[in-house]
Amino acid sequence: MRYIDPHVHMVSRTTDDYQRMALAGCIAITEPAFWAGFDRSSAQGFYDYFRQLTEYEPRRAALFGIRHFAWLCINPKEADDPGFAREVVSLIPDFLKCETVLGIGEIGLNKNTRNEKIILEEQIALAEKHNQLVLVHTPHLEDKLKGTRLIMDALSASRIDPGRILIDHVEEHTVGEVLDRGFWAGMTLYPDTKMTPQRATDVIEMYGSERLWMNSAGDWGCSDPLAVPKARIEMSRRGHSARLIDQVTLENPKQFLSQSPNFRLPELPG
Amino acid sequence: MTSSPYSCPQSREQVLNSYFMEHRAKVLDVAAFLDRLDRSQPSGTEPDFRDSAIRDAIRILIDGQPQRAKRILELLSDLSSDIPQSAHGMKGASGAVRSRSGAGS
Repeated sequence: MRYIDPHVHMVSRTTDDYQRMALAGCIAITEPAFWAGFDRSSAQGFYDYFRQLTEYEPRRAALFGIRHFAWLCINPKEADDPGFAREVVSLIPDFLKCETVLGIGEIGLNKNTRNEKIILEEQIALAEKHNQLVLVHTPHLEDKLKGTRLIMDALSASRIDPGRILIDHVEEHTVGEVLDRGFWAGMTLYPDTKMTPQRATDVIEMYGSERLWMNSAGDWGCSDPLAVPKARIEMSRRGHSARLIDQVTLENPKQFLSQSPNFRLPELPG
Repeated sequence: MTSSPYSCPQSREQVLNSYFMEHRAKVLDVAAFLDRLDRSQPSGTEPDFRDSAIRDAIRILIDGQPQRAKRILELLSDLSSDIPQSAHGMKGASGAVRSRSGAGS
């Protein structure tokens, strides 16, 4: 069994988790820049974080045979102060030269404010200017539906091909609109606040497997870095084919991520 | 959205065999949660917006119509069109819309 976890925050996880993921068949992960649970007080804090994502984590993952890739941005939770956010965004172009950076992410909205939207639009423009893939965070709980629509409108106003944009944390009330507008959709397998493996499998049964992936988004909160292999077991238990299971947990991530020239996997036997 | 109403590969009996016990436990959790609310000390004259929201969601569970998960998520979503300037002073997401019942907590 091989799979990719295309959204996991390994800076918040222990080295044991890398080992467990490798044992479960994980061959690659992608790690978006996010809110680390505590607001940073300076742009320098982000500079150090971007170095951690692009220098340290790839080395830590490699110890277990896992390829590590990163996405860079200022997350929406810390983007409500436009002046501060612009300082952070100005750091990003230099890091886009790193060979494991796949694009801009996870950008989006948190409380659906004008300030967040201004910085979202500026980061979309940055991705467009540098021809980068985009990974999108959608808001939590009651804010998700409205925020997802605002984000899609902002993205559609750019010239970025929707096929180069993945909108993450979709649920039953947002997945249809995301796919209908041509974007990729990510389902986050969180125990309480997002999707369970069972519901993610339901979505695949109802909406098909094209332009969909699953991720653990494992981080500092209640989350499970083995959520993707658990979803594979759920799909298998229901009688879905190995081909379909591989499509949503391995081939679809490969297809989307391979649009970045920096996404390269080692040749694997068999 | 797939056109077939039967997109799950399992039979109804297989679904029940696989998931009944798990969801029996979840229904009992909901029942015990509502009992706990009944036994709790009153904290205001109006019902809390979350209390109202969960009772509205339960009505969807048993209305016999399809797409219950989607409709419950929509019920629990902010459908307003206003966009505040800043998040300063805002609380984190609570899982239901605060203004639905007109009562806050």
